[in-house]
Amino acid sequence: MNIEITVNGKKLRDEIDADMMLIDYLRSHGCLSVKRGCETSNCGLCTVFLDDKPVLSCSVLAARADGRSVTTLEGLRGEAEEFAGFIADQGAEQCGFCNPGFVMNAIALFREDPSPSEEKIKEYLAGNLCRCSGYEGQLRGIEEYLKWKKQK
Amino acid sequence: MLSVANYKRAESLEEAWELNQKRTNKIIGGMLWLKMEDIRINTAIDLSGLGLDRIEETDDGFSIGCMTALRDMETHAGFNGYTCGAAREAVRHIVGVQFRNLATVGGSIYGRYGFSDVLTLFSVLDAHAELYKGGLVPIREFAGMRPDNDILVRITVKKDGSVFSYKSVRNTATDIPVLTCAGAYGGGKLTLAVGARPGRAVCFDYETDPGSPAAAERVSADVCEKIVTGSNLRAGAEYRKHLAGVLTKRVCAELAKEAGSK
Ligand SMILES: Cc1cc2nc3c(=O)[nH]c(=O)nc-3n(C[C@H](O)[C@H](O)[C@H](O)COP(=O)(O)OP(=O)(O)OC[C@H]3O[C@@H](n4cnc5c(N)ncnc54)[C@H](O)[C@@H]3O)c2cc1C
Ligand code: FES
Ligand code: FES
Repeated sequence: MNIEITVNGKKLRDEIDADMMLIDYLRSHGCLSVKRGCETSNCGLCTVFLDDKPVLSCSVLAARADGRSVTTLEGLRGEAEEFAGFIADQGAEQCGFCNPGFVMNAIALFREDPSPSEEKIKEYLAGNLCRCSGYEGQLRGIEEYLKWKKQK
Repeated sequence: MLSVANYKRAESLEEAWELNQKRTNKIIGGMLWLKMEDIRINTAIDLSGLGLDRIEETDDGFSIGCMTALRDMETHAGFNGYTCGAAREAVRHIVGVQFRNLATVGGSIYGRYGFSDVLTLFSVLDAHAELYKGGLVPIREFAGMRPDNDILVRITVKKDGSVFSYKSVRNTATDIPVLTCAGAYGGGKLTLAVGARPGRAVCFDYETDPGSPAAAERVSADVCEKIVTGSNLRAGAEYRKHLAGVLTKRVCAELAKEAGSK
C-alpha cells in the first residue's frame, strides 16, 4: 500500500507492507535513534512524536501514520543536545541504550508542562525503562536542566 | 507474532461492520494487546477516521468514543471532575504516557480483560456500551457477554450525582495490577467493583453510608467473605482476598470524604 508521512519535516512517499511497524519504517529512512528494546510495548525506547504526541513506534502500524507527521530525535537535534548534556553531567547515561526514548519523552513533558513537579516528572517518565541508572541521576539532570532553563 | 495482510481505514461504521463479519478480519484499537497475540489478520479495520477519538460532555453525561486514548481519559477535566479524579487514578499507572496515547477505551472495554483497571472503573459508573448493531448494553452485562463481531462504538456515562473513588495495588510501578477496586456512592447506594482477582471485575451493591466506620467494616468483611480470588505469578488467592478487604475500606473512606465535600 502507498503512504505519505512527513518525517522530521520532510515529506516521504513509499509503498509498504500493511503490517510494517512505524519503528521499522523510520529506521529504513535512517532514523537510527529509534530502537526496539522489547516485544511487549513496555520499555519506551522507541518513543517518537506522532503529530506532537509521544507514542511507541514499535506498536503503531506505519499505515496508521499515513497523512500525519512524525518527529524523531534526529528532528530535535538542538533541543535534544542541550538537554542530554545535563543527563550526561549527572552520570545518568551509562550504556546509553535507553537515552533516545527517554530524551524524546522528557521533551514531550517539558512542552506540556515547562515546570513539572518531581511527582509529575516521575509519573510522566515511568514508561521509560533504564537498566543502568537507577533513575536518580536522570531526575537530578532534569531538575538541573529546568533550573538552567528558568535562569536563561 | 501478529501479521496483517491488508489495512483499511474505514469510511463508515457500516463499512467497518461489514468487513468485521469475516472471521479473519479484525478491528484495531490501539493495537497494543493485539500486537502481543499470535494471529494473522487478513484486513485490519481502523476506525480512527470516524471522529470517535474524543470525549463529549453534555449536562446529562459523557459520550466516550471507542478510539479515545486512555491518556485523553486521564486528562479530561470534565470527566475527572465528575468522577472525583477516579478516571485519572484508574489509568495513570498503565505502562507509560506513550502507551496511554495509543491504548483506547474501546479496546480496553471490548477486551473484557480480568486485570483491567478500565473495566473496574466503568463497572461502578452508570455506563453503557453502545454497539453498532446491538444498541445500548449496560457495562456489567457487556462484560459478561461473549465477544462477537459487533462494533463497540462508544461508551455512554450518565451523570447521576454519585461520588467515586479508585484504588489499585501493583507489585511494581507500571505493572499489571494485583487487585483493583472502584467505588460509587449516591442516593444512599454504595457500589463496589473489585477486579484483577485475577478474574474480571465483580460488583457488590449495598444500601449503606460508607461514612460510618461500622458500615465500612461490615462492607469490607462482606466483600472478603464473598469474593472469589485466584493465584497467578503476581499474587496468591489469600493475599488478594486480604487486599480486597483493605482496598474496599480505603475506597469507603475516600467516598465518605468526597461525599462530605460535595
Ligand atoms: C504490556 C501491557 C500492559 C498493560 N497493562 C495494563 C494495566 O496495567 N491495566 C489495564 O487496565 N490495562 C493494561 N493493559 C491493557 C491496555 O490498557 C488495553 O486495554 C489493551 O491494550 C487493549 O486496548 P487497545 O486499544 O490496545 O486494543 P487492541 O489491542 O487494538 O484491541 C483489543 C481487542 O479489542 C478489539 N477491539 C478494539 N476496539 C474495538 C471496537 N471499537 N469494537 C470492537 N472490537 C474492538 C480488537 O479486535 C481486539 O480483539 C496492558 C496492555 C499491555 C499490552
Ligand atoms: S520497543 Fe519497547 S516499548 Fe517500543
Ligand atoms: S543507561 Fe543503560 S539502559 Fe539506561
